[in-house]
Amino acid sequence: MMLSLKNIVKYFHRGSVNEVLALQNVCLDVRRGDFICIIGSNGAGKSTLLNGLAGCFFPDQGTIVLDERDITGWPEYKRAKFIGRVFQDPLLGTCATMSIEQNLALALRRGRFRGLSAGVRRLDRDLFREKLRMLDLGLEDRFQDAVGLLSGGQRQALTMVMATLVRPDILLLDEHTAALDPKTGRQILDLTERLVEGMELTTLMVTHNMHQALRMGNRLIMMHRGEIILDITGEEKSRLQVDDLLARFYSLKQDAFASDKMLLV
Amino acid sequence: MTWYAFLGAVEQGLVYGIMVLGVYLTFRVLSFPDLTVDGSLPLGAAVCAVAITSGIDPFLSLFLAMFAGFFAGMVTGFLNTKLGILHLLASILTMIALYSINIRVMNGPNVSLLGQDSILDPLIGFGLPGYLSSIILFSIIGAAIVVFLIWFLHTEFGQTMLATGDNPRMITSQGVNTHSVIILGVGLSNAMVAFSGALIAQNQGAADVNMGVGTIVAGLASVIVGETIFGRGGIMRAVIAALLGSILYRLAIAMALGMNLGGFTFTPSDLNLITAVLVVLALTAPKIKARFFS
Ligand SMILES: Nc1ncnc2c1ncn2[C@@H]1O[C@H](COP(=O)(O)OP(=O)(O)O)[C@@H](O)[C@H]1O
Ligand SMILES: [Mg+2]
Repeated sequence: MMLSLKNIVKYFHRGSVNEVLALQNVCLDVRRGDFICIIGSNGAGKSTLLNGLAGCFFPDQGTIVLDERDITGWPEYKRAKFIGRVFQDPLLGTCATMSIEQNLALALRRGRFRGLSAGVRRLDRDLFREKLRMLDLGLEDRFQDAVGLLSGGQRQALTMVMATLVRPDILLLDEHTAALDPKTGRQILDLTERLVEGMELTTLMVTHNMHQALRMGNRLIMMHRGEIILDITGEEKSRLQVDDLLARFYSLKQDAFASDKMLLV
Repeated sequence: MTWYAFLGAVEQGLVYGIMVLGVYLTFRVLSFPDLTVDGSLPLGAAVCAVAITSGIDPFLSLFLAMFAGFFAGMVTGFLNTKLGILHLLASILTMIALYSINIRVMNGPNVSLLGQDSILDPLIGFGLPGYLSSIILFSIIGAAIVVFLIWFLHTEFGQTMLATGDNPRMITSQGVNTHSVIILGVGLSNAMVAFSGALIAQNQGAADVNMGVGTIVAGLASVIVGETIFGRGGIMRAVIAALLGSILYRLAIAMALGMNLGGFTFTPSDLNLITAVLVVLALTAPKIKARFFS
């Protein structure tokens, strides 16, 4: 097993009236090369799961093991050596005031020491050009432009390239097309598939779109109230239909409704 | 304005310009409003003055001042990142602490450097008049620091510092410990400010615990004046604009102090008011321009 989450528990505002149990006893084993789509209603804990993996916070309980190393106590910047990320907000993945090539150069040194040699090297530019050409957005001719001048979709495409410029052991995508218009969103999804397949990346992708979740990846996880309630792989996943997922959602809603009703009685 | 007042303002602009470059580094590069400078400028002056009076070479004294400033800045960075104190408050705390420390360093509120060696001596030895030799020397030092800063901000680490100020979440996800970058960055900024303070002390012939009052406001005013007049596009342009902004700021102040409006004149104590008005004007100039010229 490449990545193992064991009994992860995460509270927010623990001990106050606002206490939220965002992850309750989450266990997840990820095999090398898995492309996992994660679905679930708002507040199910999807982002919290990805943030916990990235090291944005430390879990209240549980362990995270990556390639036989216990990384539970590692801070985010240290885990970044193995993890590539794309956020939902296209503004979060890049530096607006810096140029396209400067952003790429920052990403090229992910997890490495940054010293006093030139930030952008001439040799790197060939690599950047090749990668940007793949996007087909004309960015390869705009190296010096500030990223703030780009559209949301262009920035997200650039962030995808940056997240995979140094091959990550794990790629984390958190609704990375949700803030884009449908057409741009599809382009970014195409790019995602090309990159993930081309580099055989182990990927966890949160999406709110069931069709995407069914179409993409080899594995599907459904979360609800901080728990993984469905985990379907391979053959079984390819047979899965939207109706199956809807039925599942519906039964959950009824459960919730029933328990609310019980409280009222 | 007299020729002599003009030269004096340029000299001030250059020597305080090194402080302005430090303020640029925190305020614009790191997005860290740092009030430590009100304490680290006199700290640099104090360390340098005490070093010189105890027989240390004036050049070497500048570097001692720099180290002291670096350390003071690191304390502010540490308070902010490791102890989680808001940046403004963290820098105010260091600034206040430095007031006491500076008096300890000087063993009193000031130290005179009259009759002591200074880095200006070799130039004056060539027969240049004092005011010219200081302008020449400070121009060389200012230019050298501008070149250093432009080079630094294009290195891997400098680019990381720019990214830390722009988008800390992004650069963290790229594997950077932003705490270290902030601590080193605020340190470097205050090293430059203390260096500036040390030069001022040698030039004025004294270090005084109160010489730092208003440093941050003058620094911000200079940065903003520079940006307003020379634009913000690109690192090279921004760094040069900061130094030139410092000179323009000192010229504006000299002009205001030299004005005589039907018997009314400004006094040096009006300086803070003038500076505040200047910053407000500079900050609103782009909007005013947009309203009338578009
Ligand atoms: N930083 C935070 N502080 C407090 N509560 C949070 C924080 N992040 C998430 N939560 C809470 O944890 C729960 C799970 O949130 P999240 O993981 O963002 O859900 P999802 O991404 O599945 O929509 C929600 O109830 C949310 O309000
Ligand atoms: Mg979310």
